[in-house]
Amino acid sequence: MAKAILTFADIGVSVTVPAGTRIIEVSEKVGAGIVYGCRESDCGTCLTEVISGMENLSEPSPIERATLAEHKAGANMRLACQTLVLGDATIKPAI
Amino acid sequence: MSGHEATAGPMAVTDRVHWIGALDPKMRTFDVILKTPNGTTYNAYLVRGSDGVAVIDTVKAETADQFFARLEAVADYAEIKVIVLNHLEPDHSGALPELMRRAPQATLYISDAAQLMLKALLNNSDIAYTPVTTNDRVSLGDRTLRFLNTPYLHWPDTQCTYLEEEGVLFSGDVFGCHYCDEQLFNDSVGDFRFSFEYYYSHIMRPFKQYVLGALELIEPLQINLIAPTHGPILRDHPRHYIERYRELSTPHLHLEIDRDVKTMIIFYISSYGNTMHMAEAIRDGAAEVGGFRISLYDLEGGEVEPFVDLVEEADAILVGSPTINGDAVKPVWDLLSSFAQINVKGKVAGAFGSYGWSGEAVRMVEDRLRGLKMRVPAGGLRIKLIPSADELENCRDYGRDIGSFLMGRPRAREIDMSQLSAN
Ligand SMILES: Cc1cc2nc3c(=O)[nH]c(=O)nc-3n(C[C@H](O)[C@H](O)[C@H](O)COP(=O)(O)O)c2cc1C
Ligand code: FES
Ligand SMILES: [Fe+2]
Ligand SMILES: [Fe+2]
Repeated sequence: MAKAILTFADIGVSVTVPAGTRIIEVSEKVGAGIVYGCRESDCGTCLTEVISGMENLSEPSPIERATLAEHKAGANMRLACQTLVLGDATIKPAI
Repeated sequence: MSGHEATAGPMAVTDRVHWIGALDPKMRTFDVILKTPNGTTYNAYLVRGSDGVAVIDTVKAETADQFFARLEAVADYAEIKVIVLNHLEPDHSGALPELMRRAPQATLYISDAAQLMLKALLNNSDIAYTPVTTNDRVSLGDRTLRFLNTPYLHWPDTQCTYLEEEGVLFSGDVFGCHYCDEQLFNDSVGDFRFSFEYYYSHIMRPFKQYVLGALELIEPLQINLIAPTHGPILRDHPRHYIERYRELSTPHLHLEIDRDVKTMIIFYISSYGNTMHMAEAIRDGAAEVGGFRISLYDLEGGEVEPFVDLVEEADAILVGSPTINGDAVKPVWDLLSSFAQINVKGKVAGAFGSYGWSGEAVRMVEDRLRGLKMRVPAGGLRIKLIPSADELENCRDYGRDIGSFLMGRPRAREIDMSQLSAN
């Protein structure tokens, strides 16, 4: 299976994950600073800044886009409860 | 509500400001979480300028008759140019739809964040409004309202409104309390100090950081009077209440001891001493990392409230529970259910415990810690029955792991996902 390296810049930890892993599945297990509220793209608690590798993340769904817009999120922001990792990326909590 | 209270008139607050709120002396429980032994008030205000009238906040729907009667005694609906809602919770937005029906020419001003809630609260998407933020102003001719964006006090939408020429701060729930006394002013009502402190500790305490942010906006203002949405109007020594909010919201441990020293607290409870021995070994391992303070508490030996005070200023919290009847034990849940009174978001956390055959407790506690937005860097540690020498070494290692993470030096920088616990 294809692998990807997801790096949590705030704690300096990199995790090798199978491509297609959701960020939430990893970040909670390593104690990264990204935290979750609704876990279903409603609240924006998990807003995450993508430092590099935006092109290696799944496309945002319409509902993720709507929540990002409500929170006036920049083009470098994603919701960690929604986003799948397809290739290497470096992220950190946006809030 | 007795007829006397419903018909009592409006109350002059200044030349240009009238209280047009409602008394609710029979209220006993508020928002499920608050006791209100002598009821509450919903304070709404009317401001008169040379070029129109503003209504600041409304009341709970059940007390709308009082509000409209008092409003009608000081103004005509046709004069209302501005309606401000500082907070959309139903105790203040209850009479809004009817007010807008009676004063259709008025413009509604709400905070930016309130936009996201207005529709879901009123179930009406046709309501027109103007979103405002800090330093936006609305003129009433010779009187000016200025808005202060003060989010999360105690909802995302909360704001304050300052009447510049009078030095009056319409503060919403901030500086409020549930205390019902028709004398209304802080220098003539009964002793409401308990209610003020109680309201802060149950409503504002989880948002101390936001309180400090709001105080940065409020403290520089010339303040002659604070007009909150509940309880007494603060005209005598209004600064005293502002200072009290600052005092209550400032972290204290770091004032007493070196700011850079972090704190870890290990709570445990143990029937035969197994979880206790784990706790001690975890403490020893964490102490090897060094550079932070550690304390160990047996939940059986203390009360929840002081423990919650400790947690509020701690950086890492570990919780140990045996599994009894497929669950963590009640003192552990009592502690964890009280974390909602404070802000634990982002604190480092972990769970551990001894078990006999199924060991559900640790995973359940860990899920709760994550649900509270705490950061759980290492999978919880479960040990079957009596910890062996090897298992105690695992406990020390777990302590080293959490300690290193707390000190910003996670032991593993490169991890394969398969090494992470299945949970
Ligand atoms: C003191 C207080 C705190 C609240 N905190 C939250 C919160 O953290 N997250 C949330 O989604 N809603 C929060 N709410 C909003 C309530 O969940 C919401 O008003 C809900 O509709 C109340 O439902 P009920 O009428 O069944 O009590 C809070 C409400 C109050 C009064
Ligand atoms: S956790 Fe609510 S949007 Fe992701
Ligand atoms: Fe409120
Ligand atoms: Fe309120």
